[in-house]
Amino acid sequence: MQLDEKPQSGDESNPYLSKSTRLPRKRFYRARAHSNPLSDSHFPVPISPHHVNHSLHYPHFFPNSNSDSDSRKIEFADIGCGFGGLLISLATLFPNTLMIGMELRDKVTEYVKERILALRISNPTQYQNVSVVRTNSMKYIPNYFQKSQLSKMFFLFPDPHFKEKNHRRRVISPFLLDEYAYVIKDGGIIYTITDVEELGEWMKSCLENHPLFEGLSDEELEADPVVKLLSCATEEGQKVERNGGQTFRAVYRRIVPTV
Amino acid sequence: MEDDDSTIASEANNKESMEVEVAPALISVHPAQDSVAVAVGSELRVFNLREGCPVTLGADSNEACHHKESIRAIRYGAKGKLFVSAGDDKVVKIWATDSWRCIYSVPTEKKVSAVAISDNGQFVCYADKFGVVWVVELDELNENQTPVQKKGSPLLAHYCSIITSLEFSPDGQFIVTADRDFKIRVSMFPKKPIDGAHEIQSYCLGHTEFVSSLAFIYNQEFPQGYLVSGSGDSTVRLWDFTSGLLLHTCEVGSEVGEQQTNGTENNHFAVTDLCATPDGSSIFVAVQGLPGILVLSANLSTKTLSVKKLVSITEEDFIPTSLSTSLTSDFLWMVMGVSNLTTRDSSSLARVRVITNLNKSKEEKEEDDKIKILEDKQVPCGEKALEKLQGSLCIDKDVFSAASEAVKTSMRNLLIKKQYSTEKREFRKRGRNDKKGKR
Repeated sequence: MQLDEKPQSGDESNPYLSKSTRLPRKRFYRARAHSNPLSDSHFPVPISPHHVNHSLHYPHFFPNSNSDSDSRKIEFADIGCGFGGLLISLATLFPNTLMIGMELRDKVTEYVKERILALRISNPTQYQNVSVVRTNSMKYIPNYFQKSQLSKMFFLFPDPHFKEKNHRRRVISPFLLDEYAYVIKDGGIIYTITDVEELGEWMKSCLENHPLFEGLSDEELEADPVVKLLSCATEEGQKVERNGGQTFRAVYRRIVPTV
Repeated sequence: MEDDDSTIASEANNKESMEVEVAPALISVHPAQDSVAVAVGSELRVFNLREGCPVTLGADSNEACHHKESIRAIRYGAKGKLFVSAGDDKVVKIWATDSWRCIYSVPTEKKVSAVAISDNGQFVCYADKFGVVWVVELDELNENQTPVQKKGSPLLAHYCSIITSLEFSPDGQFIVTADRDFKIRVSMFPKKPIDGAHEIQSYCLGHTEFVSSLAFIYNQEFPQGYLVSGSGDSTVRLWDFTSGLLLHTCEVGSEVGEQQTNGTENNHFAVTDLCATPDGSSIFVAVQGLPGILVLSANLSTKTLSVKKLVSITEEDFIPTSLSTSLTSDFLWMVMGVSNLTTRDSSSLARVRVITNLNKSKEEKEEDDKIKILEDKQVPCGEKALEKLQGSLCIDKDVFSAASEAVKTSMRNLLIKKQYSTEKREFRKRGRNDKKGKR
């Protein structure tokens, strides 16, 4: 249980990496299932989106630490990315799109970091466009992204927070949607899915009642390759599928309301 | 090891019990300087400057009129017809300034930290300590003797962060909120505020500590104006608030630090309040631990701020907690004070000072020293006004230092994130409930 030393990547004898795949082994990255989003944070947060260090996240696209050699911006954000299953699938589906996972639990973030590094080593041309950051996305979204920067945002299997007293901790809420609408560009899409019916209803009604979002039609959902990934790409989704559980999804588009 | 733990724990306990929460005194001046209001603790004191007489709140002086706990925000409406007060007792009171009757009272769920009134006087907004901003729509002035109960509807929210300041933009198009998480948010003020303000125009990000105060500066040439913010990181910053672009940063800490060579401890000089002249040419900045006031001049065409001068008020260690100017007259009103001073016999302190000759944008070269601190007798309405606003004329000198210390501590407790060493954090984690029984 005691696991304080940081796992070293690339070390041949590193016991935290699997011998056959060189991927980090999940059992060394056990974390509690929940983290309090309301507590004060002790990790560093960029002062503004200009302070986000792209070369640290995407060294392949940004070889120099302080150059704007590439005007590329992060376009996908997976909020509460967990163990990173969706990001890994998206990375190869959209090889030229920068994407980032945001996760509050530090050990989980650490795992995803190692996973991406290991994947980059074993597939030298791939996974350069994906990264992860430990942060509280309910508090610091505007510190990472400029207005209308994102084209997709993902909220997959978020914490349900059943008690009414704790509803304000839910990551989809009417007030937080204002912030998400600010960072998503016109036509950008917000994807949500859960296996908790009550939360599914809640997320759907929040989005439905928000003037800056509109639902996708069935045809559009059918045509979007990302929608299929929602239920099968993430670890949480696979768990639900294994247990034969139901999932509830809400996919909405950012619109500019006509006055 | 065990000993260590227990000392850490008892230290923490002692500290907490010693630090009683106090509220700094607030001041607000009527836009035409018809009256001036000071709030100390739960007490609201108003003096009518036009007629030169103290005001009794609520004509029939019934108890229901008064706040029961510390007032945290007061403000006049732009036209001067309305006045709003609110604070820890979870009631927003809206007063008619002609009769000084409370015409509306709005019960709130949480303690209130900031208030604002739209320019046309139609909407009153208030922010609570959980980061939610609420809006109340007012009907035509009600003539009843008893206050009408209103209910606020949520307008916008910062995620669980204390909102420290709330301002409407000069054209009324935006509402700007600042919080203790270093953020300033600029939101479109909607046509139907009851449905919420969903469109965020920009975020002004750059401060590295809590944002304590906001002000707009504008003139005929730049009617839309610019935003000025003061923060715990001892800077005053100038923003293009429609884009969120940081135009200029003015370090006040270095300026003040030089003057205060006796500056104790590893002080950083948090900006507590700021206030602009109506023509937008000067900004007055109150800084924690600075006896006096810092004057910045703002140049709207070059979009820069610069330190003009430091007005020291050293003879009585006057460290203002709140500032206010009116639209028409040439006075800056300042108050220093605090509620619930436990160490003294006097339970609260309020000291009001006024300076004048603010608008000296032209031919200032030779007469730079025009800004003048007024003696008590020279203040508008003289000692009579001060007696009402301060509670008494003579104030024991050593109350000042106790007051400034109390304000500093309470501000720190409220707005600055606690920093724990790794050992301390480990110790706190050990007391956590979810891990008990697993070791």
